[in-house]
Amino acid sequence: MNFFAFFILLPSPFCLKLERTWIIMSATIMTITSGKGGVGKTTATANLSAALAAKGYKVVAIDADIGLRNLDVVMGLENRVVYDLVDVVDGVCRIKQAMIRDKRIEGLYLIPAAQTRDKNAVSPEDMIALCDQLRDDFDFVLIDSPAGIEQGFKNAVAPADKVIIITTPEVAAVRDADRIIGLIEAEEQGPGELIINRLRPDMIKRGDMIGIEDVLDILAIDLLGVVPDDESIITSTNRGVPATMENHSVASQAFKNVATRITGETVPFLDLETQETFLQKLSKFFSSL
Amino acid sequence: MGFFDKLFGGSKNSGSVAKERLQVVLIQDRVKMPPGTMNKIRDEIIEVISKYVDIDTEGMEISLTKSARQSRLVADIPILRSRQNGRR
Ligand SMILES: Nc1ncnc2c1ncn2[C@@H]1O[C@H](COP(=O)(O)OP(=O)(O)OP(=O)(O)O)[C@@H](O)[C@H]1O
Ligand SMILES: [Mg+2]
Repeated sequence: MNFFAFFILLPSPFCLKLERTWIIMSATIMTITSGKGGVGKTTATANLSAALAAKGYKVVAIDADIGLRNLDVVMGLENRVVYDLVDVVDGVCRIKQAMIRDKRIEGLYLIPAAQTRDKNAVSPEDMIALCDQLRDDFDFVLIDSPAGIEQGFKNAVAPADKVIIITTPEVAAVRDADRIIGLIEAEEQGPGELIINRLRPDMIKRGDMIGIEDVLDILAIDLLGVVPDDESIITSTNRGVPATMENHSVASQAFKNVATRITGETVPFLDLETQETFLQKLSKFFSSL
Repeated sequence: MGFFDKLFGGSKNSGSVAKERLQVVLIQDRVKMPPGTMNKIRDEIIEVISKYVDIDTEGMEISLTKSARQSRLVADIPILRSRQNGRR
């Protein structure tokens, strides 16, 4: 991967294509998981996939949340689903047929989850075999894990070269993240890297939210990024356009920074503390009248 | 701390309460210790050490602390006097 990343730094898209013809790609497979539900796994998978593709990498996002398909709608590709992950595993279609190409960004693909099956339709071995098929054709495979620690989680994590744990700064979410970290370390897939999502700088300032340092102290893993709680995530999800594809909100920038760190570059962490809250902006607005 | 917290008599920030609660619950989670086991450990430690020295069981403290991703059991046991010396 590092070897390839070196070439991708070349500015011209022509060079990129040229290099691709003789450099064998070997995808980095990353699973985004959390333990607790609803903390932002699907949002992160969609935004990071789009951000990585926008940087010129070839990316496939896999929805491993079988039975609760979501990544398709978050990415805005729900009307183009024909085959799904389980169809590939069952041999109903070839893997290429299940890949939806995102027409908005070159090099971005989605393999949707099956909606009418359950997690047991797929095994960890199936996932490993499926991801191995993708290794030569992609730079990154991002897997959106279901919540929990059962079969669906095991399926999602089995093929991962790198596990990204996402949490919010809340007691239950951090506790579950700790459990996940323990499990992936036991499987020798650790230590994993952390994204703290839905941070509220205004609440941290008031002392009413667990701070970034505290979460890191408690979980003792490396930080990949911090994403603020941001309305733009909801509005962009409403439209089916990942924030990293369209807007310049703080959350979008935060996800783009995470994507850059994934490619091995260092980016300073956003200084969320100095980001103005809505109320601060409002009071400034009124005082400026 | 918010205005109202200050007004109604400075209770602890909910953020630090959350942090403390997390630390405690994670110790239990990580060591997978059923409740009550801690007291059993304490009693047995007292039993063993008391064979050799007199200890201040009141001042004794057993805790679980965490460094990096390792939890450690720390026993702080004040010794009153050595049994050996006592016998002499
Ligand atoms: N940074 C953010 N700011 C605001 N809203 C967010 C942010 N991240 C996620 N959300 C919202 O939180 C909700 C849950 O997000 P998402 O579906 O990504 O979580 P999940 O972990 O995939 O959930 P599940 O466990 O059900 O799969 C969504 O409505 C999403 O729009
Ligand atoms: Mg999800």
